[in-house]
Amino acid sequence: MRHIISLLMENEAGALSRVAGLFSARGYNIESLTVAPTEDETLSRMTIVTRGSDEIIEQITKQLNKLIEVVAVMDLTDGEHIERELMLVKVRAEGDAREEMKRMADIFRGRIIDVSDHTYTIELTGAGSKLDSFLQAIDRTLILETVRTGASGIGRGNRVLKL
Amino acid sequence: MELTGAEIAIRCLQEEGVEYVFGYPGGAVLFIYDALFNQEKVKHILVRHEQAAVHAADGYARSTDKVGVALVTSGPGVTNAVTGIATAYMDSIPMVVISGQVPTSYIGEDAFQEVDTVGITRPCVKHNFLVKDVNDIAITIKKAFYLAKSGRPGPVLVDIPKDISLAKATFEYPKTVSIRSYNPAQKAEMGALKHAVQLLLEAKRPMIYTGGGVILSEAAKPLTELVRLLGFPCTSTLMGLGGYPETDKQFLGMLGMHGTLEANMAMQNCDVLLAVGARFDDRVIGNVKHFGSVPRKIIHIDIDPASISKRVQVDVPLVGDVAHVLQDLLALLHSSRQKPDAAAMAPWWKQIEEWRGRNSSSFKNSIEVIKPQFVVQKLYEITRGEAFVTSDVGQHQMWAAQYYKFDQPRRWINSGGLGTMGFGLPAAMGVQLAHPGDTVACITGEGSIQMCIQELSTCKQFRLPIKVIALNNRYLGMVRQWQEFFHGNRYAESYMDALPDFVKLAEAYGHVGIRVDKPSEVEDALKEAFARKDDLVFMDFRTDPTENVFPMVPGGKGLSDVLMAEDI
Ligand SMILES: Cc1ncc(C[n+]2csc(CCOP(=O)(O)OP(=O)(O)O)c2C)c(N)n1
Repeated sequence: MRHIISLLMENEAGALSRVAGLFSARGYNIESLTVAPTEDETLSRMTIVTRGSDEIIEQITKQLNKLIEVVAVMDLTDGEHIERELMLVKVRAEGDAREEMKRMADIFRGRIIDVSDHTYTIELTGAGSKLDSFLQAIDRTLILETVRTGASGIGRGNRVLKL
Repeated sequence: MELTGAEIAIRCLQEEGVEYVFGYPGGAVLFIYDALFNQEKVKHILVRHEQAAVHAADGYARSTDKVGVALVTSGPGVTNAVTGIATAYMDSIPMVVISGQVPTSYIGEDAFQEVDTVGITRPCVKHNFLVKDVNDIAITIKKAFYLAKSGRPGPVLVDIPKDISLAKATFEYPKTVSIRSYNPAQKAEMGALKHAVQLLLEAKRPMIYTGGGVILSEAAKPLTELVRLLGFPCTSTLMGLGGYPETDKQFLGMLGMHGTLEANMAMQNCDVLLAVGARFDDRVIGNVKHFGSVPRKIIHIDIDPASISKRVQVDVPLVGDVAHVLQDLLALLHSSRQKPDAAAMAPWWKQIEEWRGRNSSSFKNSIEVIKPQFVVQKLYEITRGEAFVTSDVGQHQMWAAQYYKFDQPRRWINSGGLGTMGFGLPAAMGVQLAHPGDTVACITGEGSIQMCIQELSTCKQFRLPIKVIALNNRYLGMVRQWQEFFHGNRYAESYMDALPDFVKLAEAYGHVGIRVDKPSEVEDALKEAFARKDDLVFMDFRTDPTENVFPMVPGGKGLSDVLMAEDI
């Protein structure tokens, strides 16, 4: 099962490598990992997307909790949550394909944020699956470059991960 | 008054009441050595290899209830120390390692004797720090001691760059420290405790399985009280020996790969299992699937939530300090109207006695060749079971665990989790320093002892009258045993040719050496050695090269698949 784990940790040098090291040392997989400081600059918030059986996910959250710099851990997939990922795609946009590409971007609520004679750069946010669908919907041979941030997640309603 | 970072570091150790620092100097720690030189409270023990410094600090910690301290220089000092740190980490030993680092402005430049110490040690420490500001040294060392000793203990490393040890700051040692992200549980939840008590009282085929957590948490007393009150059988892992008196009749011996038949069978066939500070390690329960194939209720006491349901699904988790949790269980049992039902358990005990009657760890003694088990038995008799016994890793370690009966905690000192050859002698140094008047024996093999043999020199310098009991079978015995059983008797590289003359070697280091060839000489030789209270005596026992450790549960097999001596 796919799980999204959110954690708050001390915003200190080396904290990220402890988390990454834990996953590789124990053979857990990481589908994506994002991290940035929060409004409280002593804390960073990380979102990790991982896969594993219930037992493995339980171990992952326990092992994360054991890291001294980790302040709080929440498995977002335990409850209602929202997940968003940002993708930037640079595509070849020439001739007829230029108009078609614009139309596809509109359908997926993407924004064209950079334009050249031959290319568009499209910005898209959404759940990872939506970004996947966009890439499948357009002509693959036109894709020059994609950049994805990996998912960020947050609980719905009163579910808050805070100190 | 302002002090240098180096002086601050040493003052911190003084404040922590550190008696001994085990270390080895080098460029990056020269200021710290200078600060050590100018004071007398903290004594430094100069080892001959950094691995030994860490093992000695480890032995010191295991045999006391204190934090061991080691000091090493940057680069090769740290890499040499890593084996020791990993050894302590695997067995959850409280330890603080201070390492020198190249000056901050050089970090990342591949400077002379630079390694990424924090990176290299990250997977084998409870936590580590790189100090980048002299004003942080005191608080960092305070945190290091706090982390090392609290919760599930472990080694903590503090890396101090050379310029930071020279920079100045005012010194004030923090009285207390709290780390917001670190709050280990002390007491288990009441609901779970009550549930546990109910299961224990209803058990017909109960079993208590104890581990190193009992020793680390100083829980031998409440454990003994609980086992006696309940009237249950009790076993222990290699790490927990001495937590419950081994000579007591409720004790079934060690369990696991080389555990007794009765301990392994009772573990496999019980209906309620109380695990106390033990972690269902692969060397202990063998094949997880096989273990899980019999239904039983499991109550698990552990301070580390991550140990619960890691390998084996647990029914009642009791997360907290072992001693605290045991005390709470005792209180509930004392106030309960229901009492343990001895009659209901009688058939179970009868079954256990049957298993016990098969004498699974007996051996055939010989008058021609020295049996290693016999040496340990005699050692046990001659030291009246009161010695501190350290060991290395291999067959001799298992025989030591099987034939020396520990009735007290912290007497049996060995590397269980990592299985580090070379641990025994340096660990014995730490033990001997912590217990100057007591008898310390190091049971070793001719393979293991050579991995830290240079420490005989340290023993000379600090007059440590350790008794080295080398069970010299000319083989890397444990490897040979596996080759015999599982690799068609192909003894690849397990025969030790060109061994040194250990007697002369001991003498060269300024010690006493005794070689023993015949079974009839064993007892007198041991007596002679232990009568030499002030000398390190190296005893080279020429033992049967073909002896194997039994019983044995082969790797990957279930606990009831016990191989006995007569099966082979
Ligand atoms: C540092 C290290 N290297 C290798 C091993 C693998 N190993 C485990 S037991 C053993 C043999 C030990 O031989 P010896 O010390 O002579 O003891 P014996 O088994 O003969 O009693 C070896 C090589 C180990 N445990 N530690």
